[in-house]
Amino acid sequence: MTQPSLIEIRDAIRSGQTSSREYVQTTLQRIEQLEHRLGMLISHDAERALAQAEQIDAKIARGEPVGELAGVPILIKDNLCTRFGTTTAGSRILENYRAPYDAHVVERLQQAGAVIVGKTNLDEFAMGSSTENSAFKPTRNPWDLERVPGGSSGGSAAAVAAGVVAGTLGSDTGGSIRQPAAFCGVCGLKPTYGRVSRYGLLAYGSSLDQIGPFARNVRDLALLLHTIAGKDHRDSTSVDEPVPDYVAALDRPLRRMRIGYAEEYFGEGLDPEVRAAVEAALDVYRAAGAEVVPVHLPHMKYAIACYYVVAVAEASSNLARYDGVHYGHRTARPKDYLDVYCSSRQEGFGAEVRRRIMLGTYALSSGYYDAYYLKALKVRTLIRQDFEHAFADVDVIASPTTPTPAVRIGEKTSDPLAMYLMDIYTVSVNLAGIPGLSIPCGFTRAGLPIGLQLMGSHFAEEKLLRIAHEYQSRTDWHTKSPALAQP
Amino acid sequence: MPKIDESEVRRIAHLSRLNPTDDEVRLFADQLSAVLEYMEQLNEVDTTDVPPTAHALPVRNVFRDDEPGGCLTPDEALAAAPARDGSFFAVPKVLEQDSV
Repeated sequence: MTQPSLIEIRDAIRSGQTSSREYVQTTLQRIEQLEHRLGMLISHDAERALAQAEQIDAKIARGEPVGELAGVPILIKDNLCTRFGTTTAGSRILENYRAPYDAHVVERLQQAGAVIVGKTNLDEFAMGSSTENSAFKPTRNPWDLERVPGGSSGGSAAAVAAGVVAGTLGSDTGGSIRQPAAFCGVCGLKPTYGRVSRYGLLAYGSSLDQIGPFARNVRDLALLLHTIAGKDHRDSTSVDEPVPDYVAALDRPLRRMRIGYAEEYFGEGLDPEVRAAVEAALDVYRAAGAEVVPVHLPHMKYAIACYYVVAVAEASSNLARYDGVHYGHRTARPKDYLDVYCSSRQEGFGAEVRRRIMLGTYALSSGYYDAYYLKALKVRTLIRQDFEHAFADVDVIASPTTPTPAVRIGEKTSDPLAMYLMDIYTVSVNLAGIPGLSIPCGFTRAGLPIGLQLMGSHFAEEKLLRIAHEYQSRTDWHTKSPALAQP
Repeated sequence: MPKIDESEVRRIAHLSRLNPTDDEVRLFADQLSAVLEYMEQLNEVDTTDVPPTAHALPVRNVFRDDEPGGCLTPDEALAAAPARDGSFFAVPKVLEQDSV
């Protein structure tokens, strides 16, 4: 059985065919049934969600106007600030933190009438590729409970795959939306840097971070992006570009599509089954009349090294704010003032966060700044220029989202560098600030989902979504659900 | 020969305001060295005359009207403080110790 899409749920509620309360109750039942097996959520509030659903139902019954997502249950990643409940970022240091304000995207979702039922699990401060770095629990992959869901937005991806909700929000600094979308067999979009305000997103790598949606199909991604995109004066990096009607655009097929194929994404380390599925997806495009043309991204092989220097440098600066003074965990018996900082941070941060803070501190420290940080910023320019040259010739570039399907829980945790290399195909999109998405394009023989990544030029989300939709109108991979998603 | 030894890990930990255990210092020396060695491959790239990119978009200074807006009340701002004293964040004594 196919799970209902976000838009189907929205339409059923709006027409009075099914109430918001019923959908929210279904979501709560699924949480009840699945949470202990999957570990998708850090917190949820049934009472609050049901009360909101009833308000929406009453409005609809009275014939009052309601928003684009009225009554639709949604989950958001727990690094997005909410006035309700806690905002933990998956960290002990914020275990009991209650934010005094809502993130911009939370305001937007609530204005649209969405019912935010709960907050999803993540790698601590979004640092990780498997959701095993959550201080609270790992999330498991709904297709195989012995495997990771990807990360860092693993809870948001798993919840969509498991049929708990039809849409979620995550954040993507180096692949944290696209990689878990690929591992969990759902759709995930990282918008252009500046497309969505990050006001209220707990910062990790500020020149890379972007908030984006997960859903089961491209049409739902388009609706969620339309809801959250646009300029917000509280994030001065958000850009005042018009927000087109991404959903309506999907019904205007492109007359001609030029799809770039970069051999740099198909080299050593790529799993043969993943390669075969992505090449088959390119054949689907060829059959749709698209031209698949070679492009070159000669600096791709430096993307991981470049990304991790930039990301950890920015992280070390951003995470200096967790000091045990203003909010968050404070050590019980500090020896002195300095120890408030050192022991609170040591106790509050997990190992991967501390490794990244230390790496970043090192890369920015006197004597190493030019060798690591400045060098990485220059290589970043070359990576960005590679994309600019490619997009002069093609509409999108297609690649695998990940080199392998989902790995086993514990497989990469003892070797940080091996974990970092799982992001090899996703990080360059963040370095260049361009949009990228992942959609399902097949399964391995063992039944694990495979993701197709499509990348576009700055603010070309409309075209990117139209090209992704074209694929979904010709294939049905995105309609497959794991066995445990069946009610 | 690791890129960074245990004393270097301790120095970075201090700059990072962290208190790693001895076991962790040994583990991190190996792990951080492996990552830094991987990062060294950036040196293969010729970046002569390449300007650095700190920001992916050509963002310029963003001006807006200087209008007073709302802000958190002292109670809201202090609500999550581990310790407070009236309308202040409370910390252990800062003076009467060697500067750091």
